[in-house]
Amino acid sequence: MPHRVLPGFGLTLGFTVLYLGLFVLIPLSTIFVKAAGLGWHGFWTTVTAPRVMAAYRLSFLCAFYAALVNAMFGFLVAWVLVRYSFPARRVADAIVDLPFALPTAVAGIAFATLYAENGWVGSRLIPFGVRVAYTQLGIVAVLTFIGLPFVVRTVQPVLANLEFEMEEAACSLGAGRWAAFTRVLLPRIWPALLTGFTLAFARAIGEYGSVLFIAGNMPMRTEIAPLLVMAKLDQFDFQGAAAISAGMLIVSFALLLAINALQGIGRRQKP
Amino acid sequence: MSGVISAVGTSPESEKTVIVEPRNALRRTKSGGASTAITESRATRAALIGIAVSFLGLFVVLPLVVVFVGALRTGFRIYLSSLRDPDALSALRLSMHVALIVVPLNLVLGVAAAWAVAKFEFRGKRILTTVIDIPFAVSPVIAGMAFMLLFGAQGWFGSWLAVRDIRIAFAVPGIVLATIFVTLPFIARELIPLMQEQGNEEEETAVVLGASGWQTFVRVTLPNIKWGLLYGVILCNARAIGEFGAVSVISGHVRGVTNTLPLHVEALYNEYNSAGAFAVASLLSLLAVVTLVLQKIVELHQSGERRSRNEDVEGSQS
Repeated sequence: MPHRVLPGFGLTLGFTVLYLGLFVLIPLSTIFVKAAGLGWHGFWTTVTAPRVMAAYRLSFLCAFYAALVNAMFGFLVAWVLVRYSFPARRVADAIVDLPFALPTAVAGIAFATLYAENGWVGSRLIPFGVRVAYTQLGIVAVLTFIGLPFVVRTVQPVLANLEFEMEEAACSLGAGRWAAFTRVLLPRIWPALLTGFTLAFARAIGEYGSVLFIAGNMPMRTEIAPLLVMAKLDQFDFQGAAAISAGMLIVSFALLLAINALQGIGRRQKP
Repeated sequence: MSGVISAVGTSPESEKTVIVEPRNALRRTKSGGASTAITESRATRAALIGIAVSFLGLFVVLPLVVVFVGALRTGFRIYLSSLRDPDALSALRLSMHVALIVVPLNLVLGVAAAWAVAKFEFRGKRILTTVIDIPFAVSPVIAGMAFMLLFGAQGWFGSWLAVRDIRIAFAVPGIVLATIFVTLPFIARELIPLMQEQGNEEEETAVVLGASGWQTFVRVTLPNIKWGLLYGVILCNARAIGEFGAVSVISGHVRGVTNTLPLHVEALYNEYNSAGAFAVASLLSLLAVVTLVLQKIVELHQSGERRSRNEDVEGSQS
Protein backbone atom coordinates (compact mmCIF):
# COMPACT_ATOMS: atom_id res chain seq x y z
CA MET A 1 0.00 0.00 0.00
CA PRO A 2 1.51 3.35 -0.99
CA HIS A 3 2.28 5.95 1.64
CA ARG A 4 -0.67 8.24 2.22
CA VAL A 5 0.13 11.92 1.83
CA LEU A 6 -3.28 13.20 2.82
CA PRO A 7 -4.34 13.12 6.46
CA GLY A 8 -7.69 12.27 7.95
CA PHE A 9 -8.26 8.76 6.62
CA GLY A 10 -8.78 7.14 10.01
CA LEU A 11 -10.93 9.97 11.30
CA THR A 12 -13.27 10.23 8.32
CA LEU A 13 -13.61 6.48 7.74
CA GLY A 14 -14.11 5.85 11.45
CA PHE A 15 -16.77 8.53 11.67
CA THR A 16 -18.54 7.24 8.55
CA VAL A 17 -18.60 3.65 9.76
CA LEU A 18 -19.81 4.71 13.22
CA TYR A 19 -22.54 6.92 11.77
CA LEU A 20 -23.76 4.26 9.34
CA GLY A 21 -23.68 1.68 12.12
CA LEU A 22 -25.68 3.80 14.53
CA PHE A 23 -28.24 5.22 12.13
CA VAL A 24 -28.59 2.50 9.47
CA LEU A 25 -27.25 -0.93 10.34
CA ILE A 26 -28.25 -1.28 13.99
CA PRO A 27 -31.79 0.02 13.39
CA LEU A 28 -32.30 -2.29 10.40
CA SER A 29 -30.93 -5.28 12.26
CA THR A 30 -33.77 -4.93 14.78
CA ILE A 31 -36.21 -5.86 12.00
CA PHE A 32 -34.46 -9.16 11.29
CA VAL A 33 -33.98 -9.93 14.99
CA LYS A 34 -37.66 -9.28 15.68
CA ALA A 35 -38.73 -11.38 12.68
CA ALA A 36 -36.38 -14.17 13.76
CA GLY A 37 -38.20 -14.26 17.08
CA LEU A 38 -41.11 -15.89 15.25
CA GLY A 39 -39.01 -18.89 14.30
CA TRP A 40 -38.84 -20.18 10.74
CA HIS A 41 -42.29 -21.74 10.83
CA GLY A 42 -43.93 -18.67 12.36
CA PHE A 43 -42.17 -16.41 9.89
CA TRP A 44 -43.28 -18.50 6.94
CA THR A 45 -46.94 -18.69 8.02
CA THR A 46 -46.95 -14.91 8.62
CA VAL A 47 -45.58 -13.91 5.23
CA THR A 48 -47.62 -16.47 3.29
CA ALA A 49 -50.94 -15.46 4.87
CA PRO A 50 -53.40 -14.55 2.07
CA ARG A 51 -53.65 -10.89 3.08
CA VAL A 52 -49.85 -10.53 3.16
CA MET A 53 -49.39 -12.33 -0.16
CA ALA A 54 -52.04 -10.09 -1.72
CA ALA A 55 -50.22 -7.00 -0.42
CA TYR A 56 -46.84 -8.22 -1.72
CA ARG A 57 -48.33 -9.05 -5.11
CA LEU A 58 -50.05 -5.67 -5.33
CA SER A 59 -46.91 -3.77 -4.31
CA PHE A 60 -44.70 -5.57 -6.80
CA LEU A 61 -47.19 -5.50 -9.68
CA CYS A 62 -48.10 -1.82 -9.31
CA ALA A 63 -44.43 -0.88 -8.90
CA PHE A 64 -43.61 -2.96 -11.98
CA TYR A 65 -46.30 -1.38 -14.17
CA ALA A 66 -45.38 2.11 -12.99
CA ALA A 67 -41.71 1.47 -13.73
CA LEU A 68 -42.69 0.13 -17.16
CA VAL A 69 -44.72 3.27 -17.95
CA ASN A 70 -41.76 5.34 -16.79
CA ALA A 71 -39.30 3.34 -18.88
CA MET A 72 -41.33 4.17 -22.00
CA PHE A 73 -42.40 7.73 -21.33
CA GLY A 74 -39.27 8.60 -19.33
CA PHE A 75 -37.15 7.49 -22.28
CA LEU A 76 -39.29 9.60 -24.61
CA VAL A 77 -38.96 12.63 -22.32
CA ALA A 78 -35.19 12.18 -22.09
CA TRP A 79 -34.98 11.78 -25.89
CA VAL A 80 -37.00 14.92 -26.55
CA LEU A 81 -35.04 16.94 -23.99
CA VAL A 82 -31.66 15.90 -25.41
CA ARG A 83 -32.33 15.80 -29.15
CA TYR A 84 -34.91 18.46 -29.93
CA SER A 85 -35.19 22.14 -29.18
CA PHE A 86 -38.61 23.55 -28.44
CA PRO A 87 -40.09 26.42 -26.43
CA ALA A 88 -39.87 25.96 -22.67
CA ARG A 89 -37.47 23.04 -23.03
CA ARG A 90 -35.50 24.28 -20.03
CA VAL A 91 -38.67 24.48 -17.95
CA ALA A 92 -39.66 20.97 -18.99
CA ASP A 93 -36.16 19.81 -18.07
CA ALA A 94 -36.34 21.41 -14.63
CA ILE A 95 -39.82 20.11 -13.91
CA VAL A 96 -38.70 16.50 -14.30
CA ASP A 97 -37.09 16.77 -10.85
CA LEU A 98 -40.30 17.87 -9.14
CA PRO A 99 -41.21 14.38 -7.86
CA PHE A 100 -37.86 14.37 -6.00
CA ALA A 101 -38.60 17.65 -4.29
CA LEU A 102 -42.35 17.46 -3.70
CA PRO A 103 -43.28 15.81 -0.38
CA THR A 104 -45.01 12.50 -1.05
CA ALA A 105 -48.04 13.39 1.07
CA VAL A 106 -48.65 16.43 -1.15
CA ALA A 107 -48.40 14.27 -4.27
CA GLY A 108 -50.84 11.86 -2.62
CA ILE A 109 -53.61 14.37 -1.92
CA ALA A 110 -53.06 16.04 -5.31
CA PHE A 111 -53.48 12.75 -7.21
CA ALA A 112 -56.41 11.66 -5.04
CA THR A 113 -58.16 14.98 -5.81
CA LEU A 114 -57.32 14.93 -9.53
CA TYR A 115 -58.50 11.37 -10.09
CA ALA A 116 -61.50 11.35 -7.76
CA GLU A 117 -64.85 10.85 -9.50
CA ASN A 118 -65.47 14.59 -9.39
CA GLY A 119 -61.82 15.51 -10.06
CA TRP A 120 -60.46 17.23 -13.16
CA VAL A 121 -59.12 14.03 -14.70
CA GLY A 122 -61.25 11.47 -12.87
CA SER A 123 -64.55 12.98 -14.03
CA ARG A 124 -63.41 12.78 -17.66
CA LEU A 125 -62.51 9.10 -17.33
CA ILE A 126 -65.74 7.98 -15.64
CA PRO A 127 -67.79 8.13 -18.90
CA PHE A 128 -65.35 5.57 -20.31
CA GLY A 129 -65.89 3.36 -17.30
CA VAL A 130 -62.37 3.97 -16.02
CA ARG A 131 -62.08 4.50 -12.30
CA VAL A 132 -58.69 5.56 -11.03
CA ALA A 133 -59.02 6.80 -7.46
CA TYR A 134 -59.22 4.02 -4.86
CA THR A 135 -58.28 1.37 -7.44
CA GLN A 136 -55.02 -0.28 -8.45
CA LEU A 137 -54.87 2.08 -11.43
CA GLY A 138 -54.61 4.99 -8.98
CA ILE A 139 -51.66 3.32 -7.25
CA VAL A 140 -49.91 2.87 -10.60
CA ALA A 141 -50.59 6.51 -11.53
CA VAL A 142 -49.05 7.97 -8.39
CA LEU A 143 -46.11 5.54 -8.49
CA THR A 144 -45.49 6.69 -12.06
CA PHE A 145 -45.16 10.25 -10.74
CA ILE A 146 -42.76 9.10 -8.00
CA GLY A 147 -40.50 7.14 -10.36
CA LEU A 148 -40.32 9.45 -13.38
CA PRO A 149 -37.07 11.34 -12.51
CA PHE A 150 -35.18 8.09 -11.95
CA VAL A 151 -35.59 6.97 -15.57
CA VAL A 152 -35.16 10.40 -17.18
CA ARG A 153 -32.08 11.36 -15.15
CA THR A 154 -30.42 7.99 -15.77
CA VAL A 155 -31.04 7.89 -19.52
CA GLN A 156 -30.54 11.59 -20.28
CA PRO A 157 -26.75 11.85 -19.69
CA VAL A 158 -26.09 8.62 -21.61
CA LEU A 159 -28.16 9.85 -24.52
CA ALA A 160 -26.40 13.21 -24.48
CA ASN A 161 -22.94 11.62 -24.53
CA LEU A 162 -23.57 9.38 -27.53
CA GLU A 163 -21.46 10.33 -30.53
CA PHE A 164 -23.39 11.35 -33.57
CA GLU A 165 -20.75 9.70 -35.77
CA MET A 166 -22.15 6.26 -35.00
CA GLU A 167 -25.60 7.18 -36.25
CA GLU A 168 -24.13 8.97 -39.26
CA ALA A 169 -22.10 5.92 -40.13
CA ALA A 170 -25.15 3.70 -39.83
CA CYS A 171 -27.06 6.09 -42.03
CA SER A 172 -24.37 6.38 -44.68
CA LEU A 173 -24.19 2.60 -44.79
CA GLY A 174 -27.83 2.62 -45.78
CA ALA A 175 -29.61 2.05 -42.49
CA GLY A 176 -32.95 3.74 -42.07
CA ARG A 177 -33.72 5.91 -39.10
CA TRP A 178 -35.54 3.10 -37.33
CA ALA A 179 -32.74 0.61 -37.99
CA ALA A 180 -30.21 3.11 -36.69
CA PHE A 181 -32.30 3.51 -33.58
CA THR A 182 -32.78 -0.18 -32.84
CA ARG A 183 -29.35 -1.38 -33.99
CA VAL A 184 -27.05 1.49 -32.99
CA LEU A 185 -28.71 3.53 -30.27
CA LEU A 186 -30.70 1.02 -28.28
CA PRO A 187 -27.82 -1.38 -27.55
CA ARG A 188 -25.87 1.50 -26.03
CA ILE A 189 -28.76 2.86 -24.02
CA TRP A 190 -30.36 -0.24 -22.58
CA PRO A 191 -28.09 -0.55 -19.52
CA ALA A 192 -29.05 2.98 -18.49
CA LEU A 193 -32.70 2.36 -19.31
CA LEU A 194 -32.72 -0.86 -17.29
CA THR A 195 -30.94 0.90 -14.40
CA GLY A 196 -33.55 3.65 -14.44
CA PHE A 197 -36.33 1.07 -14.57
CA THR A 198 -34.88 -0.81 -11.61
CA LEU A 199 -34.39 2.39 -9.61
CA ALA A 200 -37.98 3.45 -10.25
CA PHE A 201 -39.16 -0.07 -9.41
CA ALA A 202 -37.17 -0.19 -6.15
CA ARG A 203 -38.42 3.22 -5.10
CA ALA A 204 -42.03 2.37 -5.93
CA ILE A 205 -42.07 -0.88 -3.95
CA GLY A 206 -41.42 0.94 -0.69
CA GLU A 207 -43.45 4.06 -1.39
CA TYR A 208 -46.06 4.85 1.24
CA GLY A 209 -46.97 8.53 1.62
CA SER A 210 -48.42 9.16 -1.81
CA VAL A 211 -50.18 5.80 -2.17
CA LEU A 212 -51.91 6.12 1.19
CA PHE A 213 -54.30 8.78 -0.09
CA ILE A 214 -55.26 7.32 -3.46
CA ALA A 215 -55.30 3.59 -2.76
CA GLY A 216 -58.42 3.28 -0.61
CA ASN A 217 -56.46 0.75 1.43
CA MET A 218 -58.89 -2.16 1.19
CA PRO A 219 -57.32 -5.39 2.49
CA MET A 220 -56.77 -7.96 -0.31
CA ARG A 221 -57.55 -5.38 -3.02
CA THR A 222 -55.79 -2.04 -2.66
CA GLU A 223 -53.57 -2.54 0.38
CA ILE A 224 -49.87 -2.29 -0.51
CA ALA A 225 -47.23 -3.96 1.66
CA PRO A 226 -46.03 -0.81 3.51
CA LEU A 227 -49.67 -0.06 4.39
CA LEU A 228 -50.08 -3.56 5.79
CA VAL A 229 -46.92 -3.05 7.88
CA MET A 230 -48.50 0.14 9.20
CA ALA A 231 -51.76 -1.68 9.97
CA LYS A 232 -49.87 -4.36 11.92
CA LEU A 233 -48.00 -1.69 13.87
CA ASP A 234 -51.28 0.00 14.78
CA GLN A 235 -52.41 -3.33 16.24
CA PHE A 236 -49.10 -3.62 18.16
CA ASP A 237 -48.29 -6.77 16.16
CA PHE A 238 -44.60 -5.87 15.97
CA GLN A 239 -43.46 -9.38 15.05
CA GLY A 240 -45.90 -9.60 12.17
CA ALA A 241 -44.85 -6.17 10.93
CA ALA A 242 -41.19 -7.15 11.23
CA ALA A 243 -41.74 -10.37 9.30
CA ILE A 244 -43.48 -8.58 6.40
CA SER A 245 -40.73 -5.92 6.46
CA ALA A 246 -37.97 -8.52 6.44
CA GLY A 247 -39.47 -9.98 3.27
CA MET A 248 -39.48 -6.54 1.65
CA LEU A 249 -35.95 -5.73 2.83
CA ILE A 250 -34.56 -8.88 1.21
CA VAL A 251 -36.09 -7.83 -2.11
CA SER A 252 -34.79 -4.26 -1.65
CA PHE A 253 -31.24 -5.47 -1.01
CA ALA A 254 -31.41 -7.75 -4.04
CA LEU A 255 -32.51 -4.80 -6.18
CA LEU A 256 -29.72 -2.63 -4.77
CA LEU A 257 -27.16 -5.27 -5.80
CA ALA A 258 -28.81 -5.54 -9.23
CA ILE A 259 -28.56 -1.76 -9.68
CA ASN A 260 -24.87 -1.81 -8.74
CA ALA A 261 -24.24 -4.62 -11.22
CA LEU A 262 -26.15 -2.81 -13.97
CA GLN A 263 -24.15 0.34 -13.42
CA GLY A 264 -21.02 -1.76 -13.66
CA ILE A 265 -22.18 -2.91 -17.12
CA GLY A 266 -22.95 0.70 -18.06
CA ARG A 267 -19.44 1.81 -17.07
CA ARG A 268 -17.71 -0.97 -18.98
CA GLN A 269 -19.62 -0.10 -22.14
CA LYS A 270 -18.27 3.43 -22.16
CA PRO A 271 -15.32 3.81 -24.53
CA MET B 1 -19.96 6.44 -9.67
CA SER B 2 -21.49 3.25 -8.40
CA GLY B 3 -24.46 4.63 -6.61
CA VAL B 4 -28.11 5.10 -6.85
CA ILE B 5 -28.28 8.84 -6.75
CA SER B 6 -25.30 9.37 -9.00
CA ALA B 7 -27.01 7.30 -11.65
CA VAL B 8 -30.18 9.22 -11.08
CA GLY B 9 -28.14 12.14 -12.23
CA THR B 10 -29.05 14.70 -9.64
CA SER B 11 -25.34 15.32 -9.95
CA PRO B 12 -25.06 18.53 -11.88
CA GLU B 13 -22.15 17.47 -14.06
CA SER B 14 -24.31 15.03 -15.97
CA GLU B 15 -26.69 17.88 -16.68
CA LYS B 16 -24.00 20.02 -18.19
CA THR B 17 -23.73 17.95 -21.29
CA VAL B 18 -27.45 18.36 -21.79
CA ILE B 19 -27.50 22.11 -21.46
CA VAL B 20 -24.39 22.78 -23.49
CA GLU B 21 -24.38 20.59 -26.53
CA PRO B 22 -22.83 22.79 -29.18
CA ARG B 23 -21.65 20.02 -31.48
CA ASN B 24 -24.96 18.25 -31.78
CA ALA B 25 -26.85 21.52 -31.87
CA LEU B 26 -24.74 22.62 -34.80
CA ARG B 27 -25.41 19.41 -36.67
CA ARG B 28 -29.05 19.77 -35.97
CA THR B 29 -29.32 23.20 -37.58
CA LYS B 30 -27.14 22.18 -40.50
CA SER B 31 -29.19 19.15 -41.36
CA GLY B 32 -32.39 21.15 -40.99
CA GLY B 33 -35.69 19.54 -41.77
CA ALA B 34 -34.88 18.34 -45.26
CA SER B 35 -32.39 15.65 -44.43
CA THR B 36 -33.73 12.87 -42.25
CA ALA B 37 -30.24 11.46 -42.06
CA ILE B 38 -29.58 12.02 -38.39
CA THR B 39 -32.84 13.33 -37.12
CA GLU B 40 -36.52 12.56 -37.52
CA SER B 41 -38.98 14.24 -39.83
CA ARG B 42 -40.62 17.45 -38.70
CA ALA B 43 -43.93 15.75 -38.06
CA THR B 44 -42.35 12.96 -36.03
CA ARG B 45 -40.43 15.46 -33.95
CA ALA B 46 -43.55 17.52 -33.28
CA ALA B 47 -45.52 14.41 -32.33
CA LEU B 48 -42.81 13.14 -29.96
CA ILE B 49 -42.44 16.55 -28.33
CA GLY B 50 -46.22 16.73 -28.00
CA ILE B 51 -46.47 13.34 -26.31
CA ALA B 52 -43.58 14.05 -23.93
CA VAL B 53 -44.87 17.47 -22.95
CA SER B 54 -48.41 16.14 -22.47
CA PHE B 55 -47.08 13.38 -20.26
CA LEU B 56 -45.16 15.86 -18.12
CA GLY B 57 -48.20 18.14 -18.02
CA LEU B 58 -50.56 15.39 -16.93
CA PHE B 59 -48.31 13.70 -14.40
CA VAL B 60 -46.21 16.54 -13.01
CA VAL B 61 -47.67 19.99 -13.70
CA LEU B 62 -51.35 19.20 -13.12
CA PRO B 63 -50.83 17.79 -9.59
CA LEU B 64 -48.89 20.94 -8.71
CA VAL B 65 -51.63 23.17 -10.11
CA VAL B 66 -54.38 21.29 -8.28
CA VAL B 67 -52.63 21.94 -4.96
CA PHE B 68 -52.64 25.71 -5.42
CA VAL B 69 -56.18 25.77 -6.82
CA GLY B 70 -57.38 23.65 -3.90
CA ALA B 71 -55.66 25.98 -1.47
CA LEU B 72 -57.11 29.20 -2.90
CA ARG B 73 -60.55 27.96 -3.97
CA THR B 74 -62.23 29.09 -0.77
CA GLY B 75 -60.67 32.52 -0.93
CA PHE B 76 -57.50 34.18 0.18
CA ARG B 77 -58.76 34.99 3.70
CA ILE B 78 -59.43 31.36 4.55
CA TYR B 79 -56.11 30.44 2.96
CA LEU B 80 -54.22 32.83 5.23
CA SER B 81 -56.15 31.81 8.32
CA SER B 82 -55.38 28.11 7.59
CA LEU B 83 -51.72 28.99 7.51
CA ARG B 84 -51.96 31.08 10.69
CA ASP B 85 -53.64 28.25 12.58
CA PRO B 86 -51.57 27.46 15.72
CA ASP B 87 -51.29 23.77 14.84
CA ALA B 88 -50.04 24.64 11.35
CA LEU B 89 -47.50 27.07 12.76
CA SER B 90 -46.26 24.55 15.32
CA ALA B 91 -45.95 21.95 12.53
CA LEU B 92 -43.93 24.44 10.50
CA ARG B 93 -41.66 25.15 13.47
CA LEU B 94 -41.18 21.43 14.15
CA SER B 95 -40.33 20.67 10.50
CA MET B 96 -37.80 23.48 10.42
CA HIS B 97 -36.26 22.33 13.72
CA VAL B 98 -35.90 18.79 12.42
CA ALA B 99 -34.29 20.00 9.18
CA LEU B 100 -31.93 22.25 11.15
CA ILE B 101 -30.66 19.27 13.13
CA VAL B 102 -30.70 16.65 10.38
CA VAL B 103 -29.11 18.56 7.49
CA PRO B 104 -25.89 19.59 9.35
CA LEU B 105 -25.43 16.04 10.69
CA ASN B 106 -25.86 14.49 7.25
CA LEU B 107 -23.60 17.21 5.84
CA VAL B 108 -20.78 16.16 8.19
CA LEU B 109 -21.36 12.52 7.26
CA GLY B 110 -21.41 13.40 3.56
CA VAL B 111 -18.10 15.25 3.72
CA ALA B 112 -16.44 12.58 5.89
CA ALA B 113 -17.67 9.72 3.71
CA ALA B 114 -16.66 11.51 0.50
CA TRP B 115 -13.19 12.29 1.89
CA ALA B 116 -12.60 8.67 2.90
CA VAL B 117 -14.04 7.14 -0.28
CA ALA B 118 -12.68 9.62 -2.84
CA LYS B 119 -9.20 10.33 -1.45
CA PHE B 120 -8.13 6.89 -0.30
CA GLU B 121 -8.08 3.29 -1.47
CA PHE B 122 -9.17 0.70 1.05
CA ARG B 123 -10.76 -2.72 1.22
CA GLY B 124 -14.52 -2.76 1.60
CA LYS B 125 -15.05 0.52 -0.22
CA ARG B 126 -17.78 -0.96 -2.43
CA ILE B 127 -19.54 -2.30 0.65
CA LEU B 128 -19.36 1.11 2.32
CA THR B 129 -20.88 2.93 -0.64
CA THR B 130 -23.59 0.29 -0.92
CA VAL B 131 -24.46 0.76 2.76
CA ILE B 132 -24.75 4.50 2.12
CA ASP B 133 -27.31 3.66 -0.58
CA ILE B 134 -29.43 1.42 1.64
CA PRO B 135 -31.81 4.17 2.82
CA PHE B 136 -32.80 4.77 -0.83
CA ALA B 137 -33.96 1.20 -1.21
CA VAL B 138 -35.70 0.77 2.14
CA SER B 139 -39.37 1.65 2.51
CA PRO B 140 -39.73 4.69 4.79
CA VAL B 141 -42.29 2.80 6.87
CA ILE B 142 -39.69 0.13 7.61
CA ALA B 143 -37.17 2.84 8.55
CA GLY B 144 -39.58 4.37 11.04
CA MET B 145 -40.43 0.97 12.44
CA ALA B 146 -36.75 0.11 12.97
CA PHE B 147 -36.44 3.03 15.38
CA MET B 148 -39.67 1.97 17.10
CA LEU B 149 -38.13 -1.46 17.70
CA LEU B 150 -35.12 0.27 19.27
CA PHE B 151 -36.74 3.01 21.31
CA GLY B 152 -40.48 2.18 21.52
CA ALA B 153 -42.08 0.93 24.76
CA GLN B 154 -41.38 -2.70 23.76
CA GLY B 155 -38.11 -1.87 22.02
CA TRP B 156 -34.54 -2.87 22.91
CA PHE B 157 -33.96 0.27 24.95
CA GLY B 158 -37.63 0.88 25.78
CA SER B 159 -37.60 0.03 29.47
CA TRP B 160 -34.16 1.58 30.00
CA LEU B 161 -35.47 4.86 28.58
CA ALA B 162 -38.77 4.62 30.46
CA VAL B 163 -37.00 4.33 33.81
CA ARG B 164 -35.01 7.47 33.06
CA ASP B 165 -38.06 9.25 31.63
CA ILE B 166 -36.40 9.87 28.28
CA ARG B 167 -38.76 9.95 25.31
CA ILE B 168 -37.48 9.15 21.85
CA ALA B 169 -40.36 7.33 20.17
CA PHE B 170 -43.50 9.47 19.81
CA ALA B 171 -41.31 12.52 20.41
CA VAL B 172 -39.01 14.87 18.51
CA PRO B 173 -35.79 12.78 18.88
CA GLY B 174 -37.50 9.86 17.13
CA ILE B 175 -38.59 12.12 14.28
CA VAL B 176 -35.02 13.38 13.96
CA LEU B 177 -33.57 9.84 13.90
CA ALA B 178 -36.05 8.64 11.26
CA THR B 179 -35.34 11.71 9.12
CA ILE B 180 -31.57 11.21 9.43
CA PHE B 181 -31.99 7.67 8.11
CA VAL B 182 -34.14 8.63 5.14
CA THR B 183 -32.07 11.64 4.00
CA LEU B 184 -28.63 10.23 4.83
CA PRO B 185 -27.44 9.43 1.27
CA PHE B 186 -28.25 12.72 -0.44
CA ILE B 187 -25.18 14.83 0.38
CA ALA B 188 -22.73 11.91 0.42
CA ARG B 189 -23.94 10.70 -2.99
CA GLU B 190 -23.50 14.19 -4.39
CA LEU B 191 -19.96 14.67 -3.06
CA ILE B 192 -18.40 11.24 -3.65
CA PRO B 193 -18.39 11.31 -7.49
CA LEU B 194 -17.47 15.00 -7.48
CA MET B 195 -14.41 14.51 -5.27
CA GLN B 196 -13.40 11.35 -7.09
CA GLU B 197 -13.40 13.25 -10.36
CA GLN B 198 -11.28 16.06 -8.94
CA GLY B 199 -8.50 13.76 -7.75
CA ASN B 200 -5.94 14.33 -5.01
CA GLU B 201 -3.27 16.47 -6.67
CA GLU B 202 -4.30 19.86 -5.34
CA GLU B 203 -4.69 18.59 -1.80
CA GLU B 204 -1.40 16.70 -1.90
CA THR B 205 0.41 19.83 -3.08
CA ALA B 206 -1.06 21.80 -0.20
CA VAL B 207 0.01 19.19 2.34
CA VAL B 208 3.51 18.94 0.89
CA LEU B 209 3.80 22.74 1.11
CA GLY B 210 3.05 22.47 4.83
CA ALA B 211 -0.68 23.02 5.17
CA SER B 212 -2.46 21.15 7.94
CA GLY B 213 -5.26 18.72 7.11
CA TRP B 214 -7.94 21.19 8.16
CA GLN B 215 -6.34 24.08 6.23
CA THR B 216 -6.13 21.86 3.17
CA PHE B 217 -9.79 20.98 3.42
CA VAL B 218 -11.03 24.53 4.00
CA ARG B 219 -8.73 26.33 1.52
CA VAL B 220 -8.37 23.74 -1.25
CA THR B 221 -11.14 21.14 -1.16
CA LEU B 222 -14.06 23.25 -0.01
CA PRO B 223 -13.84 25.84 -2.81
CA ASN B 224 -13.80 22.99 -5.33
CA ILE B 225 -16.84 21.20 -3.96
CA LYS B 226 -18.90 24.13 -2.71
CA TRP B 227 -21.55 23.99 -5.44
CA GLY B 228 -21.97 20.24 -5.20
CA LEU B 229 -22.19 20.59 -1.45
CA LEU B 230 -24.86 23.25 -1.75
CA TYR B 231 -26.78 21.10 -4.22
CA GLY B 232 -26.79 18.19 -1.79
CA VAL B 233 -27.81 20.41 1.12
CA ILE B 234 -30.76 21.85 -0.85
CA LEU B 235 -32.01 18.38 -1.79
CA CYS B 236 -31.44 16.97 1.71
CA ASN B 237 -33.32 19.90 3.23
CA ALA B 238 -36.31 19.44 0.93
CA ARG B 239 -36.50 15.74 1.70
CA ALA B 240 -36.04 16.28 5.43
CA ILE B 241 -38.98 18.69 5.56
CA GLY B 242 -41.12 16.55 3.25
CA GLU B 243 -40.51 13.12 4.78
CA PHE B 244 -43.75 11.37 5.58
CA GLY B 245 -43.69 7.57 5.97
CA ALA B 246 -40.83 7.15 8.41
CA VAL B 247 -41.91 10.09 10.52
CA SER B 248 -45.52 8.90 10.45
CA VAL B 249 -44.58 5.65 12.20
CA ILE B 250 -42.59 7.21 15.01
CA SER B 251 -44.17 10.63 15.60
CA GLY B 252 -47.29 9.51 17.47
CA HIS B 253 -49.33 12.19 15.65
CA VAL B 254 -49.82 14.53 18.61
CA ARG B 255 -51.26 17.70 17.13
CA GLY B 256 -49.32 20.82 17.89
CA VAL B 257 -46.51 18.72 19.41
CA THR B 258 -45.19 15.95 17.14
CA ASN B 259 -46.96 16.69 13.85
CA THR B 260 -44.61 17.82 11.10
CA LEU B 261 -45.95 19.74 8.11
CA PRO B 262 -46.64 16.64 5.95
CA LEU B 263 -48.31 14.89 8.90
CA HIS B 264 -50.43 17.97 9.47
CA VAL B 265 -51.52 17.83 5.82
CA GLU B 266 -52.65 14.24 6.38
CA ALA B 267 -54.52 15.12 9.58
CA LEU B 268 -56.41 17.98 7.90
CA TYR B 269 -57.19 15.89 4.82
CA ASN B 270 -58.57 13.04 6.91
CA GLU B 271 -60.86 15.52 8.68
CA TYR B 272 -62.24 16.53 5.26
CA ASN B 273 -60.74 20.00 5.76
CA SER B 274 -59.50 20.02 2.21
CA ALA B 275 -58.96 23.80 2.05
CA GLY B 276 -56.72 23.60 5.11
CA ALA B 277 -54.90 20.52 3.86
CA PHE B 278 -54.19 22.15 0.50
CA ALA B 279 -53.18 25.42 2.14
CA VAL B 280 -50.46 23.65 4.13
CA ALA B 281 -49.66 21.50 1.09
CA SER B 282 -49.20 24.67 -0.98
CA LEU B 283 -46.51 25.76 1.47
CA LEU B 284 -44.70 22.46 0.90
CA SER B 285 -45.19 22.76 -2.87
CA LEU B 286 -43.70 26.23 -2.77
CA LEU B 287 -40.70 24.75 -0.97
CA ALA B 288 -40.41 22.13 -3.74
CA VAL B 289 -40.52 24.79 -6.48
CA VAL B 290 -37.95 26.95 -4.68
CA THR B 291 -35.79 23.83 -4.31
CA LEU B 292 -35.97 23.21 -8.08
CA VAL B 293 -35.07 26.82 -8.89
CA LEU B 294 -32.12 26.81 -6.46
CA GLN B 295 -30.92 23.50 -7.93
CA LYS B 296 -30.94 24.97 -11.44
CA ILE B 297 -29.02 28.06 -10.26
CA VAL B 298 -26.41 25.87 -8.58
CA GLU B 299 -26.14 23.73 -11.72
CA LEU B 300 -25.50 26.81 -13.85
CA HIS B 301 -22.78 28.00 -11.47
CA GLN B 302 -21.18 24.59 -11.39
CA SER B 303 -21.12 24.08 -15.14
CA GLY B 304 -19.83 27.64 -15.59
CA GLU B 305 -17.02 27.00 -13.13
CA ARG B 306 -16.16 23.69 -14.75
CA ARG B 307 -15.98 25.30 -18.16
CA SER B 308 -13.68 28.07 -16.97
CA ARG B 309 -11.48 25.49 -15.26
CA ASN B 310 -11.28 23.43 -18.45
CA GLU B 311 -10.38 26.57 -20.41
CA ASP B 312 -7.61 27.27 -17.89
CA VAL B 313 -6.23 23.80 -18.42
CA GLU B 314 -6.40 24.12 -22.20
CA GLY B 315 -4.86 27.59 -22.03
CA SER B 316 -1.92 26.40 -19.95
CA GLN B 317 -1.35 23.45 -22.27
CA SER B 318 -1.15 25.43 -25.51
